[in-house]
Amino acid sequence: MDTPYLPAPAIANVSRRRFVQGAGLVLGLALSPAATRFAVAAPETGAAFAPNAFLRIGTDNQVVVLAKHLEMGQGVYTGLATLLAEELDADWRQVRVEGAPADKAHYGNAALGGIQGTGGSTAMFDSYEPMRRAGAAARAMLVAAAAQRWQVQAGGITVSEGVVRHAASGRQATFGELADAAAKQPVPADVTLKPPSAFKLIGKEKLPRTDTRAKTDGTAIFTQDMKLPGMLVAVVVHPPRFGAKVRGFDPAPAKVVPGVKAVVEFPGTDFSPAGVAVLATNTWAARTGRDALQVQWDNAPAYGKGSDEILAQYREAAGKPGKIAARKGDVEAALKQAAKVIEADYEVPYLAHAAMEPLNCLVQLGERRCDIWNGEQFQTVDQNVIAKLLGIPPENVTLTQLYSGGSFGRRANPHADYLVEAVSIARAARKQGINAPVKLVYTREDDTRGGYYRPLNVHRVRLGLDAAGKPIAWHARLVGQSIMAGTPFAGMMKDGIDPTSVEGQADLPYEIANLQVEQHAPADVRVPVQWFRSVGHTHTGFSAESLIDEAAAAAGQDPVAYRAQLLSAHPRHRKVLELAAERAGWNQPLAAGPQGTRRGRGVAVHESFGSFVAQVAEVTVAADGSYKVDRVVCAVDCGVAINPDVIRAQMEGGIGFGLAAALHGALTLKNGEVEQSNFHDYTVLRINEMPEVEVHIVPSTEHPSGVGEPGVPPVAPAVANALFNATGKRLRTLPLGTSVTT
Amino acid sequence: MPTLDINGKPTSVDVPDEMPLLWALRDVANLTGTKYGCGMALCGACTVHADGNAIRSCVTPVSAVASQKITTIEGVAADAVGQAVQNAWRELEVAQCGYCQSGQIMSAVSLLRQNAKPTDADIDAAMSGNICRCATYVRIRAAIHHAAAALA
Repeated sequence: MDTPYLPAPAIANVSRRRFVQGAGLVLGLALSPAATRFAVAAPETGAAFAPNAFLRIGTDNQVVVLAKHLEMGQGVYTGLATLLAEELDADWRQVRVEGAPADKAHYGNAALGGIQGTGGSTAMFDSYEPMRRAGAAARAMLVAAAAQRWQVQAGGITVSEGVVRHAASGRQATFGELADAAAKQPVPADVTLKPPSAFKLIGKEKLPRTDTRAKTDGTAIFTQDMKLPGMLVAVVVHPPRFGAKVRGFDPAPAKVVPGVKAVVEFPGTDFSPAGVAVLATNTWAARTGRDALQVQWDNAPAYGKGSDEILAQYREAAGKPGKIAARKGDVEAALKQAAKVIEADYEVPYLAHAAMEPLNCLVQLGERRCDIWNGEQFQTVDQNVIAKLLGIPPENVTLTQLYSGGSFGRRANPHADYLVEAVSIARAARKQGINAPVKLVYTREDDTRGGYYRPLNVHRVRLGLDAAGKPIAWHARLVGQSIMAGTPFAGMMKDGIDPTSVEGQADLPYEIANLQVEQHAPADVRVPVQWFRSVGHTHTGFSAESLIDEAAAAAGQDPVAYRAQLLSAHPRHRKVLELAAERAGWNQPLAAGPQGTRRGRGVAVHESFGSFVAQVAEVTVAADGSYKVDRVVCAVDCGVAINPDVIRAQMEGGIGFGLAAALHGALTLKNGEVEQSNFHDYTVLRINEMPEVEVHIVPSTEHPSGVGEPGVPPVAPAVANALFNATGKRLRTLPLGTSVTT
Repeated sequence: MPTLDINGKPTSVDVPDEMPLLWALRDVANLTGTKYGCGMALCGACTVHADGNAIRSCVTPVSAVASQKITTIEGVAADAVGQAVQNAWRELEVAQCGYCQSGQIMSAVSLLRQNAKPTDADIDAAMSGNICRCATYVRIRAAIHHAAAALA
């Protein structure tokens, strides 16, 4: 039996595509996400004014901003709405945000090569002008409609907080009252944007996030919460090793569980696991059925090495020359002349993203069409992968964007791994005559063991100092799997170098005459890897900012002053460094801790994704070596500060996320099997380990850059440097652990 | 068929006795504000109140709470402490991704009912069972103090 109807959100998507063809369309088909949740087809009443792909205004006076980016906590819905509402001169209280459908033509991200995607902290950078232009165009049309209705000159009309006024005649109207008439106005060819001095919402303190209310009363809808009539929940058995195939299984023990409707085997792809799914009317039944299954695996095609073996392989590779990622001067010659050479290995493990919402995806498969409800970072990549998998045109694959409960890069899989899995399960179910919508849900264990980790890395570094302690040669060999190789992003690699593996080292800001950064990307290691919040900077920031600290110590100089004098060509680095140091009271002695404890302070400064962040961490080390990170003082320069409180929140959260990796994060494998499974053995940060955090934003008129990722890289080196300051022990391996042995 | 008292409403749920309350709430009663995070009482995303006490619904069979009053995030505003906590969460913009926040709020309400003026150390002790991967912890601490002050 086929699905003879278009699911409701698909109607909304189609209508939105028609919206963007020009003004003047009167459409009442769009459904709010809440209404589509249970697929209740109750169209909104009233006509809409939709001059472009980014907003519509209903006769109900609501301004709906369509967000092309995934809201995963970073505040992007609020940011996009702020930009548009600023130029529209809307009342913030009338603004609501909805996820836009997948549509590369209207929602591409120029900073990600034109795909519709959320990543690389690019949203505000990419949308700063387009969203303001979208708001300004709508404002001009509302003004034109008012001028026509009131028979007055447009120049005498003002707009403020959602009200259009003509002072001379004392007339005024709301956006809702003008929506129908505005829809009949021509879309202006060009618009003038406000000068920053006229901004009312951009830069405003206390502008509420658009998603806070729903996220504090239980009404925010995540994929985990979506339901469609007749929907079945799928819980899966995954292979214990990456790449293994199903040899056989007996479905009977699962089928006897009440609520279980089907047990299906689904084929894997090169990038998505094979396995067996239990489909049931509720999650508990599916899980109970899943747990009853015994699946036999064919491990012949699987990857069987452990992380210790991978580490040993990388250490060996680090002894050999790699591909050149950056070269300046002659490091070998300079190292020979150096008065002192620091040699060290920095090592970091695999990390799982471990977002609070485990991976999931809701799929309704029809004849030559596929409708997906999900929170995902790479909408049009996913759309294309699914279209190719099913052999249907991309426009027959719709994606309805929901909130995601974190992601940190995991829902930006270049191969659409878990979406492919969900569609494969729905397809296998269809072959058994089950046409119901299927929601794949990972358990926490599935999520932890599901692969696509931050790659394990070994960095072998040598740093030469002259007699005065100034660095004259920096040589780094970075060994770790490439994230981009073999993906649709491989075109962004140059000369075999994956920029996401070497960023943060290859573009080292410090003034050092001789620099060489090399990369080894072992292709025979088949643990799936992926971007993880701040990507390459998670490891290069740690090694670079620890190594420069080693240099300052070897030179007997103050770590802040030492860095600052090497950053004369990088004023934005220098500014955040000096601001963080000043606010942390760097030049005053650190207050002593309780008797028997040692206190220390460390600093790090790092640029990532166009934003500059410095952090000073303070630690107290107890007599037994256990320690606590007491306080982190952070300074950030991200250009124009669009939402200052969101920026502070992202720095606070980035510090906590980075601390989890710095103190605890380690995903290990033995004989190809992941050893961790849930939060008891894959430890993350809890509130009792969260330091006090102070965030200072550098006032700036530069084009805005992102804040989702740049708060992460400095914290691990700042803490390691603080521990060195407290104890004299240099820690070069992550995680640092919870105590220092000296 | 167990009948549960959820947010003051008797709700019959046709589920096996051993089904964790979490799934009865989410999949049967359609109260999806309570979240699944770990299934092992390790993360606190599933926290609800049973007779006023914070419990992890992911490991609590429905049969164990059949005679108790269940409160979920959807019903938390019915009482003054719940309202104060919710308001503080909004005032201080605690939520980022928001997925864990129902559980955080339920744990915070439970803390404030037992300790009207908690210190940072009290908060850390009471809230360390609730994981937030966005690490909104600085604001969670501040919001609990804020709610305590509002209730004083």
